[in-house]
Amino acid sequence: MTAEMDGPTVTVVLPRSLTALFPGTPLRCDATGSTVTELIDDLERRVPGLRDRLCDGMALRRHLNVFVAGQQAALSTAVQDGEVVHVIPAVSGG
Amino acid sequence: MAERCALLIGTRKGAFVLEGDRQGSTWDVRGPLCEGWPIHDMILDPATGAILAAGGSPWYGASVWRSDDLGASWTQSSEGLTYGDADSAPRLETIWTLTPAHGALYAGVEPAGLFRSEDGGATWRHVEGLTNHPTRPHWQPGNGGLCLHSIVPHPTDTDRVWVGISAVGTFETRDGGSTWETRNAGVRADFVPGPPPEFGQCVHKLVMAADGGEHLYQQNHCGVYRSTDGGRQWQEITAGLPSQFGFPMAAHPRDPQTVWTVPLNGDDTGRYVPDGSAAVWRTHDGGDSWIRAGDGLPQRDAYVGVLREAMAVDRLDPVGVYFGTSTGQLYGSDDEGRSWRLIADQLPSIWSVEAMVLDR
Repeated sequence: MTAEMDGPTVTVVLPRSLTALFPGTPLRCDATGSTVTELIDDLERRVPGLRDRLCDGMALRRHLNVFVAGQQAALSTAVQDGEVVHVIPAVSGG
Repeated sequence: MAERCALLIGTRKGAFVLEGDRQGSTWDVRGPLCEGWPIHDMILDPATGAILAAGGSPWYGASVWRSDDLGASWTQSSEGLTYGDADSAPRLETIWTLTPAHGALYAGVEPAGLFRSEDGGATWRHVEGLTNHPTRPHWQPGNGGLCLHSIVPHPTDTDRVWVGISAVGTFETRDGGSTWETRNAGVRADFVPGPPPEFGQCVHKLVMAADGGEHLYQQNHCGVYRSTDGGRQWQEITAGLPSQFGFPMAAHPRDPQTVWTVPLNGDDTGRYVPDGSAAVWRTHDGGDSWIRAGDGLPQRDAYVGVLREAMAVDRLDPVGVYFGTSTGQLYGSDDEGRSWRLIADQLPSIWSVEAMVLDR
């Protein structure tokens, strides 16, 4: 899966429990955007419905964590070309 | 000819499809489906033949799953299942129930609200009239949350729908959802002082009898009731049952005087079957009298509960009745609830049961 927008291009690593909801979606995707929100918007264009699984309204879902270059990030966090962004479910459940 | 059935089971840890002959002892169990998500309800959509499952993941939120091949493959969508992005808008936690209605689908959600789909569950529209009811600011949650768990469409009038909300009570719309009226007269609310209020009753399950659209039953936190005027007035029919408390209720698909329920010992005493002895109770006279049936069920040391969506009937003759426990046992009866046998054991906590007949 490759990015379609202009701007920094990063690699987004998605959890298996998320890609399983969208058959055919790889665990590692290239995405383009200046912030985490823009990356998610870019992925949404290719995987309709993905944004609803990651975000609750205008916020990241509370039991999901996003890391940009290894640092915990928010939707507004800026990304740089070539960085790796991880989406990781929090320890939760029982 | 053997009657082959599928049982759709929603659990705390995924959905399951069981296929088997109703009189047989072996059922094929497929699952966990839906990626192990907590599934509050699982139904057959008669308009499309699809199986739909609804619930909410702790990580990925609420969604409706759809399978067009009896559970072999699934898609999911929550498009439109939202109260909006405003900071003040409630966050939709999970979906409690799905109900087909004249070719459309309704979803009842937590916090309590109603959504409607015209495309088989792909997209949803908020039925704002219920949320805009003037009593809404005063709605209080029950122990399970502020959930809209029962949806009862009128069998012929597409504009009429009843809903049950814990712990708010029953509402009816007669104009397709634009406006709603409370339908709680005659229903006790022992947890508030004074006479029963207009709303605030803790309805646990609302079902409709099979005779035209005005005849309803409900299992409530505070008793069992029937109404013959569309819920405008309820008559208590708890007498003869071992407890006023329970969750599930199922109505006979042809006999309006027959319903089944599973009384539990009480809201503050563990919510088990009374005395650890499991039984399904049924009435054949609209609740004037009740008959206990424990044949085939554990009669001692069974500290099990049955939740509101976890009982179902098929449409065969005699009617098959099925229920699942919160400890993962699934039981069935092929003689209208007179005797029972274990269908599956050691499933996750069962939240919903639905029966479909595959062929005859």
